[in-house]
Amino acid sequence: MPSNKSVSDAPIVQFTNCRILRDHQLQREDLWVREGKILNPEKLFFDEKGSADVQLDCKDIIIAPGFIDVQINGGFGVDFSLATDDFKSGIDLVSQKILSHGVTSFCPTLVTSPSSVYHQVLPQISVRNGGAHGAGILGAHLEGPFISKEKKGAHPEHCLRTFEAGAFQDLLATYGCLDCVQIVTLAPEMRRSSEVIQELTKRGICVSLGHSVANLSQAEEAVQHGATFITHLFNAMLPFHHRDPGIVGLLTSDRIPAGRRVFYGMISDGIHTNPAALRIAHRAHPKGLVLVTDAMAGMGLAPGRHTLGQQVVEIDGLNTYIAGTKTLSGSVATMDTCVRHFQEATGCSVETALEAASLHPAQLLGIEHKKGTLNYDSDADFLMLNDSLYVQATYIAGEEVWRQDVSGM
Amino acid sequence: MKLIILDNYSQASEWAAKYIRNRIVQFGPGPGRFFTLGLPTGLPRDHPESYHSFMWNNFFKHIDISPENVHILDGNAPDLQAECDAFEEKIKAAGGIELFVGGIGPDGHIAFNEPGSSLVSRTRVKTLAMDTILANARFFDGDLSKVPTMALTVGVGTVMDAREVMILITGAHKAFALYKAIEDGVNHMWTVSAFQQHPNTVFVCDEDATLELKVKTVKYFKGLMLVHNKLVEPLYSMKEMGTERSQSKKPYSD
Repeated sequence: MPSNKSVSDAPIVQFTNCRILRDHQLQREDLWVREGKILNPEKLFFDEKGSADVQLDCKDIIIAPGFIDVQINGGFGVDFSLATDDFKSGIDLVSQKILSHGVTSFCPTLVTSPSSVYHQVLPQISVRNGGAHGAGILGAHLEGPFISKEKKGAHPEHCLRTFEAGAFQDLLATYGCLDCVQIVTLAPEMRRSSEVIQELTKRGICVSLGHSVANLSQAEEAVQHGATFITHLFNAMLPFHHRDPGIVGLLTSDRIPAGRRVFYGMISDGIHTNPAALRIAHRAHPKGLVLVTDAMAGMGLAPGRHTLGQQVVEIDGLNTYIAGTKTLSGSVATMDTCVRHFQEATGCSVETALEAASLHPAQLLGIEHKKGTLNYDSDADFLMLNDSLYVQATYIAGEEVWRQDVSGM
Repeated sequence: MKLIILDNYSQASEWAAKYIRNRIVQFGPGPGRFFTLGLPTGLPRDHPESYHSFMWNNFFKHIDISPENVHILDGNAPDLQAECDAFEEKIKAAGGIELFVGGIGPDGHIAFNEPGSSLVSRTRVKTLAMDTILANARFFDGDLSKVPTMALTVGVGTVMDAREVMILITGAHKAFALYKAIEDGVNHMWTVSAFQQHPNTVFVCDEDATLELKVKTVKYFKGLMLVHNKLVEPLYSMKEMGTERSQSKKPYSD
């Protein structure tokens, strides 16, 4: 059919016969893509008098925005907290492999490490778009070393630090370079944390509270200074207490500045949090829930021993412990498993489960205008999933970058 | 005229859709041979509820129409009357309207030809009656001040030039207008009545819309449904027959 698209000659692809996640609902609509972005077909029709060059029948599949993992420590034998010679190829390997889990953007996470590790590793992490080579990198998530000794979890005690001497300068000296850092997890009860939180927030870095023994008012103060995230809720923090709910109390706090929302990460692998606790958090504050994997090097590998930063951990099924102990350390869950488990455990709608892994992390990082949704002009990073939420295909910038190898698709 | 009475809104819609489908197939459109479907115009372009959005979401995105074949009156044109005149020219250039599909207002208007519109009017700018503004307020969050007071519309005469006219009328609130349109005389206060003088008109309505008609009228036309339903029986698929033009006769004519 003749068409004279006036804005661009790039090919237009129309995905038909599908259900797309838009405006918090699965709608029976076609998805139009041009030049790596979601296209508005009405404008194309009336303004440009254009039409699709390619039409693909999606056979009633679900199309959702690509998953965004803001806490992943490694996988497939790669540990982001280890300063190896082939660090770059390690990060490339992970970013390529997680495409099959539906992750199209992620924040490589570093656990508490000696300062030398940060100085060696951080310059090798660059913010970059995803593609056939792998998921996009949004920036690093630095979990530690400015965390509480009592709640260090699997982090090595000898590397913990404070910033009471030089506040932000101490932090900068420890990490070296903050150019590609997207999130920093710290314990807000530490002295001078307010200054640090303010400075990080000013630089556009998301501050997350975690591995901490802060009470609710310390946590609220941190939020008032700019903190917006909670690292793996319930894990590595004081348990909820009815007279001092601690960090968990942020979910229903009335001292959050107007117009802001506190987000919280949840590892919904069925191990880090009891499903009942997951439900309590979800029901208390459904719009803030962000699914994370907190996956470590052993993810994707056989059971056995692996490293996590300076520690050795042991995998046994879905459980990962510090070798020889019962302390949980990271997970081997994949993002799509987390989405399915979350949906089953809470009984929530498919839309809610999908948004917890796409829209909410995008909102947390302030990038929902281009990631995390299928709105017009967003980056065309999306997934095709069947009704049981198994990923069938992954697309980045409108190009297919992974497809399930099963007959009948 | 043919008066087609169905039980409810869904059935009336389906009957009308099948009739239009059959007419298109029988016409056998092809390159250079356009089946010109006329539809009444509406709200200005800018508004999210604009006619463009309405037509896109309810019609164009579901069919394989080329954007070049879509002509919608542009309420933002610099010279509105010139826009209207150009529209009349485009209709002529396309070979005239084959089938015009429209509804009826509670005040008996067709398109935006409000009571008092000339029965030989052409496409032009019309000031809207209060009734119409009220009816359209639902598209503007119920705020009357936001509803446009003027609209571009095809004229009664423009529609009368169409080779066939189909009017869809559903709901009890339209019943009086339907009565005025078909059981009373031709009157410019009820502009739809003009179609009493058109050789090929089909009125499709549901039970509720017939509430003001004489029982005799309703019984008469219901009795004809057996024959009228032949008009919507499935014909061959155009895709299956390729570009061969239809040679089948119309099974029934007025």
